[in-house]
Amino acid sequence: MAQTEIIPDSAQNGPEPDPSPSVGAALARALRGNVRQYGMLVALALIVLLFQIWTDGILLQPLNITNLIQQNGYILILAIGMMIVIIAGHIDLSVGSLAAFVGAAAAVMMVEHHLPWPVAMLIALVIGALAGAWQGFWIAYLGIPSFIVTLAGMLLFRGGTQILLQGQSVAPFPKGFQSISSGFLPEVGPHTNYHNLTLLLGLAVLAVAVLQELRGRRQTASYGLEVLPLGLFLAKLAVITAAVLVFVLLLASYHGVPIVLLILGALLVGFGYLMRNSIIGRHTYAIGGNEPAAKLSGVKSKRVVFLAFTNMGVLAALAGLVFAARLNAGTPQAGINFELEAIAAAFIGGASASGGVGTVMGAIIGGLVLGVLNNGMSLVGVGTDYQQVIKGLVLLAAVGFDVYNKRRAGS
Amino acid sequence: MAGPVLEMRSISKSFPGVKALSEVNLTVAAGEVHAICGENGAGKSTLMKVLSGVYPHGGYEGEILFEGEPCQFKDIRASEQRGIVIIHQELALVPYLSIAENIFLGNEHATRGIISWHRTLTHAAELLRQVGLAESPHTRIADLGVGKQQLVEIAKALAKKVKLLILDEPTAALNDEDSRKLLDLILELKAQGISCIIISHKLNEIARVADAVTILRDGQTIETIAIGPEGISEDRIIRGMVGRDLEHRYPERTPEIGEVAFEIEDWTVRHPIDQQRTVVDGASLNVRRGEIVGVAGLMGAGRTELAMSVFGRSYGRWSGGRVLLHGREIRTRTVSEAIGHGIAYVTEDRKQLGLNLIDDISRNISLSALGKVARYGRVDRHEESKVAESFRRTMNIKAPTVFTRTGTLSGGNQQKVVLSKWIFAEPEVLILDEPTRGIDIGAKAEIYTVIAELAAQGKAVLVISSELPELLGLCDRIYTMAEGRITGEVARADATQESLMRLMTMSAASSNEQV
Repeated sequence: MAQTEIIPDSAQNGPEPDPSPSVGAALARALRGNVRQYGMLVALALIVLLFQIWTDGILLQPLNITNLIQQNGYILILAIGMMIVIIAGHIDLSVGSLAAFVGAAAAVMMVEHHLPWPVAMLIALVIGALAGAWQGFWIAYLGIPSFIVTLAGMLLFRGGTQILLQGQSVAPFPKGFQSISSGFLPEVGPHTNYHNLTLLLGLAVLAVAVLQELRGRRQTASYGLEVLPLGLFLAKLAVITAAVLVFVLLLASYHGVPIVLLILGALLVGFGYLMRNSIIGRHTYAIGGNEPAAKLSGVKSKRVVFLAFTNMGVLAALAGLVFAARLNAGTPQAGINFELEAIAAAFIGGASASGGVGTVMGAIIGGLVLGVLNNGMSLVGVGTDYQQVIKGLVLLAAVGFDVYNKRRAGS
Repeated sequence: MAGPVLEMRSISKSFPGVKALSEVNLTVAAGEVHAICGENGAGKSTLMKVLSGVYPHGGYEGEILFEGEPCQFKDIRASEQRGIVIIHQELALVPYLSIAENIFLGNEHATRGIISWHRTLTHAAELLRQVGLAESPHTRIADLGVGKQQLVEIAKALAKKVKLLILDEPTAALNDEDSRKLLDLILELKAQGISCIIISHKLNEIARVADAVTILRDGQTIETIAIGPEGISEDRIIRGMVGRDLEHRYPERTPEIGEVAFEIEDWTVRHPIDQQRTVVDGASLNVRRGEIVGVAGLMGAGRTELAMSVFGRSYGRWSGGRVLLHGREIRTRTVSEAIGHGIAYVTEDRKQLGLNLIDDISRNISLSALGKVARYGRVDRHEESKVAESFRRTMNIKAPTVFTRTGTLSGGNQQKVVLSKWIFAEPEVLILDEPTRGIDIGAKAEIYTVIAELAAQGKAVLVISSELPELLGLCDRIYTMAEGRITGEVARADATQESLMRLMTMSAASSNEQV
């Protein structure tokens, strides 16, 4: 799925016609349009390869892959919302606290008030939306910098969490609720050595991905733009196919697709589509790119910013629920530093500090880079102290590389 | 009077594609107040930037002699050390620092990096007395009006031991009372031996304080006139400012003018921050179907402010007035309302207000009417690209594809993208603010043709421009503005550059006498 998201964009922004295309030059040009995102994808692949060797193959074992997804699911959910907020030219520092607050609220509702878990979840998401709307109101309509509003929110929701929980963990949760974080797709059909539903789903995703590729290529050509030479294009399809198949087989040989991955997939496709194809998505980019110009073009920038923060609130709530489900408890310490991980993921994945740039897929790639680093370094036995140092350097290097690249391109 | 304090000889300065100054000469005698006049874009500011080192030595041709010695300033500091200080129209004061701190900013009374407050405050108090400003040196700049801020700027210049003071439009933002005080101060400084260059559009002020006036036009020196005790007539200056041929070619058109489509009545706008200042004062105008109407005015006349305020209150604070479309009052309180009623405003500042420079041509063109290429909130990229492609062809936008980023285009092509965006929105009324500013002659002609076509389609077109030949070549009727008021309305047949310039330089005081 990863690849399908990137391609249409690169095709649009990228190559300018050249009378004498050689394979190398075509590749270089195709890459140039989206250096940061392709760069990060390549970096991700290298990091995976590096740790695969370093850990003697533990990294890509089915169990570890599943762990990796379940450990990073909530950060990736946050990164999607954070990317949208950053594209609009803002920032949200409160998401970690808000996730904790919502997790705590859900815990209190389920454990102390015995609400059915789906009802509690729904209420929790509404709480997230209201919290996001509250911050969005101050930022969009009263013009208070998002940094300050969400810094206040960070304290507010953290304090709220502690008040709700009286400083104690609240547990345990019903089985159904736990499964949103630790559950898998059910097993159906005849007994093979693989998880059947996962295989089917994987094949469907692969089919869609290949069709998207073909469609994108045809459309690009119809605009009179240069497309990748056929050989290169087929190679690309082969890489996509191989990557999807390997991933699917790995998952299918363990318990199958984790529920978190389904949630993430839905969010990725949904928000990716929203940002690429919807009017409100387009308006978000326009505001981040040049807010005065967007306003003078009739874009209702206040409403868009308000909605971006409301959406962030809902996603923070969802992340909080997933995290609580994973711990099987609502705790006062939940969500600490989540906002920093999410922001780092967005910037590593191609966001610009001044807004207007970035993709939902980028946020996922950025989040995975961090996630694989965390996981891989833990497996190798690097202490959390050095892990932080290395992650800090990676963030700096990713953004530094991008700035350097832009300057060299003279843009 | 002694010899010249300043001589600028054969100064030429080019920007990519434009020759801003060509062989300009300027001589300022010691102890005189020398005025520089010219239309917007005549090269006044460029000349002053060359003089003050904003454009460093080597970036221009010609030579500068200050007090008889050749100068090669590499930056502003270098020129300030010689005693040449420029005060820009946009004041360069830090609002939350005190008067004293601002006066010595970058020029602190300090020993080894530690500021001596005693010396700072006593010296500041002394300078404030000298410029006649009765304020404590501790007062924050933000708490002062613009007139007093202007005096702080002059005090700051005096602190740098100024010998030649350059004032760029010093009274543009001031009321009559503050302007009078400022001019008195200039005369007082002159008596103390400080020479002064003053750039101004207000001819009555020039006549009052200047000893000589140099007129620039299209980057060239036209003449320098010494002003004797008998003074100078404003007509004399105007003749020098405008004496230019209609040099561009304008499309032939036979206007088919219909009924009144668009009216602004008694529109009044106050400054967004300084609410005492009225930026647009009871302006009324109308445009008919198929008509191209011009708005002439010098910098600070309130033309852009009027247009932006009408277009969704995008500037300042509205304090009265109505907008009518086909005789019915419409609400234009937000930009979307204005667009919804078929009004389009093409900004004068395409980089800051017109385009998303990091996005491509197609997405810039569709932005203000995305609904037209979308269904159920989903943008049809294919349709959008086709629309953009057709504009790229018809408007002759020079770019490899419609997926080229607008930030990489030339000014003329950027302007075509902005125009395309608003034509795509299919407005009934187009307000074009400086539609050809900073673009080359070829692109200008193309844009004139587009404007003529829009009028031929029955749209009402309002063109704001600082170039009088452009207005005379393009418009059926021209309004003039000065100091926020409409000072005249002239049919094209009756308009000349001189008559327009006279109306454009009419200050509130003189217009009261004449009207």
